[in-house]
Amino acid sequence: MSVKGKREESEKRKHVIKRSFLTAFPKTIPIMTGFLFLGMSYGLYMKVSGFFFVYPLCMSMVIFGGSLEFVAVTMLLGSFAPLQTFVMALMIQARHLFYGITLLEKYKGTGWKKPYLIFGMCDESFSINCSTEVPEGADTGWFYFFVTLLNQFYWVAGATLGGILGSFLTFNTEGLDFVMTAMFVVIFLEQWLKEKKHYTALIGVLASAVCLLVFGADSFLIPTMACILCLLTVFRKPIEKAGGLS
Amino acid sequence: MTLTEEILTIGLCAVATMLTRFLPFLVFRADKPTPKYIRYLGKALPAAIFGMLVVYCLKNVDVTAGTHGLPELISVVRVAGLHLWKRNMLLSIGGGTVCYMLLMQCVF
Repeated sequence: MSVKGKREESEKRKHVIKRSFLTAFPKTIPIMTGFLFLGMSYGLYMKVSGFFFVYPLCMSMVIFGGSLEFVAVTMLLGSFAPLQTFVMALMIQARHLFYGITLLEKYKGTGWKKPYLIFGMCDESFSINCSTEVPEGADTGWFYFFVTLLNQFYWVAGATLGGILGSFLTFNTEGLDFVMTAMFVVIFLEQWLKEKKHYTALIGVLASAVCLLVFGADSFLIPTMACILCLLTVFRKPIEKAGGLS
Repeated sequence: MTLTEEILTIGLCAVATMLTRFLPFLVFRADKPTPKYIRYLGKALPAAIFGMLVVYCLKNVDVTAGTHGLPELISVVRVAGLHLWKRNMLLSIGGGTVCYMLLMQCVF
């Protein structure tokens, strides 16, 4: 290829990347507010729990999963329990398995971006990448890449800022830890509203409550998760029949 | 917890997370249907797990002593009420947390 041809090629490539970014960015703006708010709450929560900002910075980069990061704070404050930590993390993050299955086809042929797309997969990037028709002139691979990158950037920035700003807070932060409870109540409610019969939601709450009473606050998680899996398997027929699972 | 244990805890969370993200791409092929049981679990697990996480957050509430879990109860009802009213995640979380903080600092 001639020098001129090469230059044209690279100009065209730059243009495609720019178009992909300009398509991706507006899609992530609603996520930006949410992630900055929740990320800052998380960073702040870590700070008031006694961890300085490097913790939320590292954790939001390597884990990048809000629910688990919040739960991890409680785990860091307790005694070292590797098995419980690992199983809990698997169960909280299990939904990614299903995002992955859905994205198998879409992420095909994205080249070097693919490992990052998988690494940075989250509920929000999943829903954008699944539902957007990438317009003419932009590249799907670059579009997915920018959506994933921007979303992770908002989260990491929020978490780190929260951790740093937490040091300058002068008001009484007692009770701020309720932000985690509030977040899970909201997500649970959203799940509850999706179901017609609420069987799976009730199984989750009842199994946890019973195991909490039987095994106590420090060791009820693993039995709870085992109970949930058993109950969901045993009652698969009625649950599927009730419908409303999305 | 020592620093090493902290790093291990965070590392385990990261490894478990990556397992859930990368496994489908290593195990399943785009042109083959996913086992039905796996698909079912994918739909049925989230509500159950988030139910468990709500209980997990409230695990140290003692209804027999202290404040009897009243601030938690009031604030959870407030979060749910706000959410059913406006369906705005930030408002529900923010409103509920401020409510709890006020209750803990000024009332109980």
